[in-house]
Amino acid sequence: MKFSLGPVLYFWPKAQMLTFYREAADSDIDIVYLGETVCSKRRELKFDDYIAVAHMLREAGKQVCLSSMTLYEAPGELRELRKYVDNGEFLVEANDVGAISMLQQQGLPFVAGAAINCYNQHTLRRLVSMGLTRWVMPVELSGQWLSEVLNQSIIADIRDCFSTEVFGFGHLPLAWSGRCFTARSENRSKDQCELCCINYPQGREVKSQDGSSVFVLNGIQTQSGQRYNLVNQLNTMQGQVDIVRLSPQLSGTFDWLAKFKANINGTAPQPLPATDSNGYWLNLAGMVAG
Amino acid sequence: MELLCPAGSMPALKAAIEHGADAVYIGLKDDTNARHFAGLNFDEAKLKDAARYVHQHGKKLHVAINTFAHPNSYQRWQQAVDMAADAGADVLILADIAVLDYAAARYPKLERHLSVQASATNAAAIDFYRQFNISRVVLPRVLSMQQVRALAHSCDIDLEVFAFGSLCIMAEGRCYLSSYMTGQSPNTAGACSPAAFVNWQDNNGTLESRLNGILIDRFAPNETAGYPTLCKGRFTVGSDTYHALEEPTSLNTLDLLPQLYAEGIKSLKIEGRQRSPAYVAQITQVWRAAIDAVMATPERFNVQPQWQQVLATLSEGSQTTLGAYHRKWK
Repeated sequence: MKFSLGPVLYFWPKAQMLTFYREAADSDIDIVYLGETVCSKRRELKFDDYIAVAHMLREAGKQVCLSSMTLYEAPGELRELRKYVDNGEFLVEANDVGAISMLQQQGLPFVAGAAINCYNQHTLRRLVSMGLTRWVMPVELSGQWLSEVLNQSIIADIRDCFSTEVFGFGHLPLAWSGRCFTARSENRSKDQCELCCINYPQGREVKSQDGSSVFVLNGIQTQSGQRYNLVNQLNTMQGQVDIVRLSPQLSGTFDWLAKFKANINGTAPQPLPATDSNGYWLNLAGMVAG
Repeated sequence: MELLCPAGSMPALKAAIEHGADAVYIGLKDDTNARHFAGLNFDEAKLKDAARYVHQHGKKLHVAINTFAHPNSYQRWQQAVDMAADAGADVLILADIAVLDYAAARYPKLERHLSVQASATNAAAIDFYRQFNISRVVLPRVLSMQQVRALAHSCDIDLEVFAFGSLCIMAEGRCYLSSYMTGQSPNTAGACSPAAFVNWQDNNGTLESRLNGILIDRFAPNETAGYPTLCKGRFTVGSDTYHALEEPTSLNTLDLLPQLYAEGIKSLKIEGRQRSPAYVAQITQVWRAAIDAVMATPERFNVQPQWQQVLATLSEGSQTTLGAYHRKWK
């Protein structure tokens, strides 16, 4: 089992990003996803900066993959996507089928990110025929659903053509909107957002009126209020999951990586903090800890 | 410009046709469509009746099979396609790549529209779905009018937009908020914020709505309590308690009608398969009149006050919005 570092979902200043990726280079992580996946207005790191970080990580022995955006609405955003597709050296993670379309036209392999709606073996088979080499299951699906997909005879002959990855740690990306909720929380419109996401390096917590953590606002993205944490489910993933993704958190990401690695076989279980959940994997509501 | 109206039952379907719909869209009585509600939708016999009735009136029937097929029951989605084709549906509204693939191969002559649940918001995504020979794309409700215009100019494919009804504020088909809270989502179960998880409680005159135990909103005695759709609750961010994501409000694009017409938008979709026949009748009547007016003299189109009055009474919280079409909403 390998571990990956997902793209940073929050808007961090450039210096903080570079510090984080230097730490990643020195860590035990196997795969690193790089790129802005939430909002095209976030440009602390530009495409060339990401490529420079990618080279640094590759030289440190990491496999690097460029993550593209999830919600493309404007032609200018597609031109930026084209740069990712044409980067010439790194694998690209598609989070919108528009990216798959461009990658397919170039005959390039791709990772289908969790926001690509691949829910069954027939869709998976079709995506493999288009160039999919790694499948990140949609976050709302369970371990049972994954195993039901992977055990279908229709994909038996292509089972070696792709690896599977599961989002295993961090606040879950659950929705994307035309509206920016962080700007709204500051009474600003999206056009006048003044990049206020940079003031919320772990997003803005949304609580119910009786104090439960419900969601996290991250610009146009809405995340789970609970932090998803599958540290105690790794031993049930054997034979099904090749890569477990940790989504970068403001702090503690690499400490959790160590805990995950120690518990691959279930020999070093961790008490699940009250702020964490694992419901989706266990076929429950996502917010629940089973 | 087509007026495409919703129907969750035969009476609603008849109401739509009688009041001027050019086409009606319906779903089957299971989780193969995104309005999988108790007591709603069409079984095989009713589907055939629906097709017959619509065709007798020279109109079209669209069948939505727009959830994502489950691995162990994929056949149900295939059968839904077969059933719709056999019944004589004019159009399938599809979202899952597997189902698009099947329908394109098995029924190449049966028109396929890309469901809003496929979440195609840009020209490259539309290009992706062309391999399934789709003839129309239903655009998600996240785009501004300017972005709709850009797509209309850059894509050589028919576009359909939502004109009126409940407002999804997230890119449809990629919203997992409902399963996060309840285990059931539009993609997997064909339902958002399902009624089975809703609980109402009166606390000394304050009405609380909960979804699977999570407090969605509190209503003072003088407030109208709305259904606890989870993205339309009042929550606390920082020190403010407000509709953090969206108010309970309906989308209403009457003001944009001349622009949508000028851009050659092929079809206007009215949301609301879960609504009553009376609702469908009233909505259809207003939009029929509005579309006829814009088509007759687009340059002199004026929104009639009585149209807005009717639509306001049929709106969530009696409020309407232009939603994402209007940049300021974002």
